Amino acid sequence: MPLTIEEVRHIANLARLRLTSEEEARYRGQLSAILDYAARLAEIDTSSIPPTATVIPLQAPLRADEPRHGLSQSRILSNAPATEQGMFRIPPVFEGEA
Amino acid sequence: MPDPTDLSLLQAASALRTGQFSSGDLTRACLERIDRLDPQLHCFLALTPELALSQADDADRRLAKWRRNPTTPLPIPCGIPVAIKDVLCLAGIPTTAGSRILEGFRPPYTATSVQRLLSAGAVILGKTNTDEFAMGSSTENSAYGPTRNPWDLGRVPGGSSGGSAAAVSARLCFAALGTDTGGSIRQPASFCGITGLKPTYGRVSRYGLIAFGSSLDSVGVLARSAADLAPVFSIIAGHDPLDSTASPDPLPEITLDLSDLHGLRIGVPEEYFIEGIQKEVEQAVRAAIEVLRGLGAEIISLHLPHTDLALPVYYLIAPAEASANLARYDGVRYGPRRSESSLADQYLKTRGELFGAEVKRRIMLGTYALSAGYYDAYYAQAQKVRTLIKADFDHAFRTVDLIACPVAPTTAFPIGAHGDDPLSMYLEDVFTLPANLAGVPGIAFPVGFDSHRLPVGLQLNAPPFEEPRLLRVCHAYQQAAEWHKEQPPL
Repeated sequence: MPLTIEEVRHIANLARLRLTSEEEARYRGQLSAILDYAARLAEIDTSSIPPTATVIPLQAPLRADEPRHGLSQSRILSNAPATEQGMFRIPPVFEGEA
Repeated sequence: MPDPTDLSLLQAASALRTGQFSSGDLTRACLERIDRLDPQLHCFLALTPELALSQADDADRRLAKWRRNPTTPLPIPCGIPVAIKDVLCLAGIPTTAGSRILEGFRPPYTATSVQRLLSAGAVILGKTNTDEFAMGSSTENSAYGPTRNPWDLGRVPGGSSGGSAAAVSARLCFAALGTDTGGSIRQPASFCGITGLKPTYGRVSRYGLIAFGSSLDSVGVLARSAADLAPVFSIIAGHDPLDSTASPDPLPEITLDLSDLHGLRIGVPEEYFIEGIQKEVEQAVRAAIEVLRGLGAEIISLHLPHTDLALPVYYLIAPAEASANLARYDGVRYGPRRSESSLADQYLKTRGELFGAEVKRRIMLGTYALSAGYYDAYYAQAQKVRTLIKADFDHAFRTVDLIACPVAPTTAFPIGAHGDDPLSMYLEDVFTLPANLAGVPGIAFPVGFDSHRLPVGLQLNAPPFEEPRLLRVCHAYQQAAEWHKEQPPL
């Protein structure tokens, strides 16, 4: 069943991707083809099969709780497109507020 | 002095020890070769010549000290020039993952695997090209242009570790780190005629690896032979307190003295010889299996019945994990930013404009598979079928020690061959995905050529944590057949 263009827009919005209308049309066709191909999984009876949680059984290791130096504030901020007073600066979150 | 880039890693390491030439000489020879050949090949996204030469000086001091007291331990890679796939962080050096969304990013810390190579004295020449965020099978998805196959410049080197594979094949470096989420070490190794090891999930720390599919990602090594690969793998393997999925089990010592394979049972899964596999690939793979039989191995036909489901399972699970992992690229903490009008607009525009077509496709696919109303039908069902694929391997390894199969259905394809048809590109991964889904290790190595003189590879898979067995059997093959010594016409 092909995706509708509204579904493509909904997914793109959930994924925080602004697409051009040309991209929306192209992804609609391509994603529909891939999902069609994946539909064969529905034919497999998995009613008694547990989902894979991890491929290699590992115990969650614990380490000693000792204070250590982390990365400095200036190194962490060094890649940011905008900073202010030692923080990441972002555009307004709410409309109409400065 | 003959060209030292023609030597194997082990020969070069031994020449460094005897002082036949210095690590500085060796590093300059590699850098000159890169200057001459990389403008055509485009293996590297960033070169680090000053850093490399200063590391070579350090290595030369270590080597000189060792010569005064040769009983002290000295790691084999000390002084050896290597390359790093551009998804692994090296502090202060541009790291892009092949994406414009990380243009200009300089990591504040170094990946554990890279740090272990540095501590061993290896010389890092630069960062190698990759499909964007390691999503692809050809390097054509790199935002910085494709790498070319040293055997035929009109063809892809495979991917996503295509820059690393082509650099090793073209003898620009002696070994390279790569990553393998669905075949991204094994398939380019096969396309470029070299040896590539995808370790067991958890064998090598993922700390400092730019995450793609966190339940599938493995860091591994590409080199010209099993003998060259083993000492580099030994350095990077092992527990890391910074990655809780890195196994605490120590890597056993790897000994490559085995050349008699009597007592070894090798399974050949019938599901891997499907319609659509290139005839010459099948012939070379079957001939290589006969060589292993000739060395004493018992060859057993077997079934991995859920093989054909690996592709749809992988292309739901990997994109689902990627959609979560790539949520962090939003123009706040690193990378370029698009739009300052509102935070929501910044997210949409930065991600919409700076991610490439394949990355957006996979984020969309994964977002859909995880979204309300579709989670059970797609993601949860894929994780259940994954259990069946893993059970196929568990079952097979009760009767055989190794599995032998093709790496890819074809040899290297022409640049642009898959155009805008993502599903046809995904089918390139059909023989490599199962090992990632099951978490088992795999090795790819050259076993012949097709009629265009393009390399064909054989894949061996082993039970979890049996990389030493893969390397021993690969080495035994490479003692009997010498395809790995063939060099591309550059």
